[in-house]
Amino acid sequence: MIVNRRQLLAGTSALAAAGLVRPAFAAGDTIKVGSILDTSGIFDAYGKPMDMALRLAVKEINAAGGLLGKQLEVIAYDTQSDMALYTQYGQQLTRQDKVDVVHGGILSASREAIRQTMRKTRTPYFYNVLYEGGVCDRNIFINGVTPAQQVEALVPYAMGKSGKKVYILAADYNYGQITARWIQKIVTDNGGEIVGMDFFPLDVADFGATIAKVQTAAPDLVIAPLVGGAHLSFFRQWAAAGMKDKIALASTTLGVGNEHKVLTAEEGDGIMVAYNYSQDLETPANADFKGRWAEEYGDANAIHEIAVSNYQGVHTWAEAVRKAGTTERGALIEAMESGIAIDGPSGRIAVDPKTHHAVLDVHIMEFENQKMKVIETLTQRQPIDTQSVCDLRANPDDNTQYEIQI
Amino acid sequence: MQNQFGRDAFALLVTAGVLVWIAPLVISTYTLTVLIVYGMLALSLGLIWGYGGILCFGQAAFFGLGAYTYAIAAINIGESTLPMLLAIIVPFIFAMMLGAMMFYGRLGDVYVGVITLVVTLILYRFINSTAGPQFVLGKARLGGFNGIPGFQTLNVPGNPDSYIWGDGLYYFAAAALVVVLLLVSWLLASPFGRIAVGIRENETRMSLMGYDVAARKTLLFALGAAIAGLAGALFANWAEIVTPSLFSLGQSAEIIIWCIAGGLGTRFGPIIGAAALAYLKFLLGQQTLVDNTVIMGLILVLFVLFLPKGIVPAVVSGWTTLFGRRGAGKATALRRNRAGRGAVSHG
Amino acid sequence: MDLFAVILVEILYSIASLILISAGLAVVFGMMKVINLAHGEFMMLGGYATIVAVNQGVNVFIAMLVIAPITVGLIGLVVERLVIRHLYGRLVDTMLATWGISLLFIGLATMIFGNTTTGISTPISGFSVGTYQINGYNFFIILVAMVLVLGLYIVLKLTRLGLIARGAMQRADMAAALGYSPSRIYMATFFCGAALSGLAGAVLAPLVGLVPTSGGAYIAKAFITVIAGGPSLIAGLASSAGLFGVTSQVFAFSISPMAGEIALLVAAVVLLRLMPQGITGRFFKGKV
Repeated sequence: MIVNRRQLLAGTSALAAAGLVRPAFAAGDTIKVGSILDTSGIFDAYGKPMDMALRLAVKEINAAGGLLGKQLEVIAYDTQSDMALYTQYGQQLTRQDKVDVVHGGILSASREAIRQTMRKTRTPYFYNVLYEGGVCDRNIFINGVTPAQQVEALVPYAMGKSGKKVYILAADYNYGQITARWIQKIVTDNGGEIVGMDFFPLDVADFGATIAKVQTAAPDLVIAPLVGGAHLSFFRQWAAAGMKDKIALASTTLGVGNEHKVLTAEEGDGIMVAYNYSQDLETPANADFKGRWAEEYGDANAIHEIAVSNYQGVHTWAEAVRKAGTTERGALIEAMESGIAIDGPSGRIAVDPKTHHAVLDVHIMEFENQKMKVIETLTQRQPIDTQSVCDLRANPDDNTQYEIQI
Repeated sequence: MQNQFGRDAFALLVTAGVLVWIAPLVISTYTLTVLIVYGMLALSLGLIWGYGGILCFGQAAFFGLGAYTYAIAAINIGESTLPMLLAIIVPFIFAMMLGAMMFYGRLGDVYVGVITLVVTLILYRFINSTAGPQFVLGKARLGGFNGIPGFQTLNVPGNPDSYIWGDGLYYFAAAALVVVLLLVSWLLASPFGRIAVGIRENETRMSLMGYDVAARKTLLFALGAAIAGLAGALFANWAEIVTPSLFSLGQSAEIIIWCIAGGLGTRFGPIIGAAALAYLKFLLGQQTLVDNTVIMGLILVLFVLFLPKGIVPAVVSGWTTLFGRRGAGKATALRRNRAGRGAVSHG
Repeated sequence: MDLFAVILVEILYSIASLILISAGLAVVFGMMKVINLAHGEFMMLGGYATIVAVNQGVNVFIAMLVIAPITVGLIGLVVERLVIRHLYGRLVDTMLATWGISLLFIGLATMIFGNTTTGISTPISGFSVGTYQINGYNFFIILVAMVLVLGLYIVLKLTRLGLIARGAMQRADMAAALGYSPSRIYMATFFCGAALSGLAGAVLAPLVGLVPTSGGAYIAKAFITVIAGGPSLIAGLASSAGLFGVTSQVFAFSISPMAGEIALLVAAVVLLRLMPQGITGRFFKGKV
């Protein structure tokens, strides 16, 4: 349903006490920001901080006087890690609550579950998560890294540190499937070879047979786009089998839910990743952001990659609303396409008008002592994977997710 | 007998008409639609378990099968009439085969439970692992964990562009439930239904009387599956997405809870149980104080301990005690039969 | 050759873990003809008991082998007194009631521990066989399962307690007439069953991590293993775990882990169709 009323009440009353908000909103006086996230269930490690980030961003905007002279009101639903609830709450947000914008969706499955609903009801939709790339739809804006930004940076580095033979272990749904094909392509492009590839449904937690099977293929490097709580056991079992010092490990998802803090240092150290954000980025913007987060929530431990994406997504949208002078969809999209950019905790995020994706920095990192240590920073990378297939200026009516063909 | 069925049907139509008309004033039609779908699903299990004595742990398998059949057929055909029919036929045939395997093998109660449970798990595991591009049926990608979104939803037969959704879908679902209920009533009043109850009470005796027990159980099982399939197709239309969680054990568990709470061996018990509990869950979902599962679990335990007959029979017997309209013998028969499965015979 | 050894260990591990996750259910079903659908949640509670104890600074082996079984056994005792004892002889009703209890425990665990995956590291490090690495913890699980089967056998076959238990299992009325209270025997049996479930959950927790819904992953497998095993407790458990363990691992290796799971389920359906009384309903009759 679930406007999480407890949180909503707690949030509004805190704001009201601080004298930032008029205590009562009359209908129509506010801009409604819809949020749809898994804040319980097996994906809550991703969803909870995203929810906190959205509320923080909205609070900041409201404290600065709101948008267009109106306050923002959050209408949030908890989808409980159940894909079927996404369509239900997506309908509710757009048809019943008639929100002005929707931020949310975590897994690619959830995005595809609600994307068409958003499009049909002409509600601008922001998907603020790293993903497999290729979505071409004028109604959606995406500010997470895509394979061309992430995998293309990570794979050559990881292969350089280990060797040419690569084994892929991926989550069995659209994200894992498509990302695995990207990895396959980029490995081959770099002169490497795929010696094996396995997919795991999201509830698989026993990887014993797989670890033995990987050994029979004797790769130099394992790349693991695994997703969610159950898949975390892979990294534990990998370390328990003593594989960590034998075969190098890289991932396109590990750490996104702060998994490096859940794994022990012995289990995590040395795993290679590449993201747009890490808590350990030493920039003034990040230090400032962590300070504000800690002020709001006690400490800054919960912040992770996609929480920051969600935070930046809300601010990017706000920037476009200011520029357009309205929340109306057509004007908003035009403002977004005018090449706007914001400076967030993870650096500069610019909107690519052609694809509605983002141009951003990517950091190659390694786990070290439950932190993500930055090895190399690649600035302002373009989402060239999506750019090569998608041009919303030429085909504004496009509505497909392009998949890489091998 | 026929005459009584006629009166019964008339009363049912009038009551249903009034309910369908009044309910939207209280609850939104969007929510009501899904309550009706769940009611139909519960009825499907209530039929085979309450009247046939077949404890199926995997009624969700047929629900999911119906929903997936509809979604896949709708994508390929682009019009909803034939997919709706297929969503009834495919689970029916599947259940025929499964039922024949089980009942001709003379499997006992618990074993039927295990096999249906295992089959549900197989379907769930299989569907959950079909995310790869190689799993395609015609134009439809099975999608694994993603499920299948974006299929053609219910339309006026022959006219793919005039969709039936919102209030229209609600009235359609309500009408479908009434039709199913009438068919079930008719079936139970017929010799087939009475023999089914006889088999539930004493399988050996019925087979010695010359009835082909296995064939009759198989058919009843398949009819239940067909109703569950129809419910699945309606659910697909309501949710506009089908996902593997339709096949999950949790879904099967919920159907059983609905039947127990509402009352086995009655036609209305499962429907009322489903609608009431699903609505309760919906209301509970709006609060975060107590976890929803705790309450569902408590309800189930308390019902089994204190009200094993379920709401409807309890109310009926309470009514009888107060106003003494029906014979007292029935209440004792009820208590006695409660040993394994439930029991009021159809009257 | 090394590869063969690795696969062999994986198969043994698979059989051992099936025995572990089914033992608690098998004891309760074999002795009391009660199918405890809260079995998976007892395992989940065992896992949480271990993690809480370890976080309090208790040695991990003591936590797994002592604290978790006793805690869960006591919880089982409460459940038996409050719910199960009212339902003896009503197979389907006990299944439903225990299903309710399982939901209740999932909900309570979610409220207490939250829905996030937690876990502890495996306390035994890996080692190599030729060019292959093996998870050392697998051997620990195999060892625990072997001790468990042996222990059950000794208790049931060679002690007076086991004799009474087997007697009550076959003819509760006769046992009662001889002065052994069935109520107390059942109570003790349920305690043991719950404790075994707790032990299994505790021992497996370091490998697979834990969420409140973890139990669901085990119950179906345990249920299938026990039913397919048939009436004899130990012989049934060992034979069906052996059959399913080999089937699932062979398919897991040659195709994928998912194929392994599905192969296990299909094997169960075929088996039950051919032998509706379970394996020991046809072979090894009269063994414990």
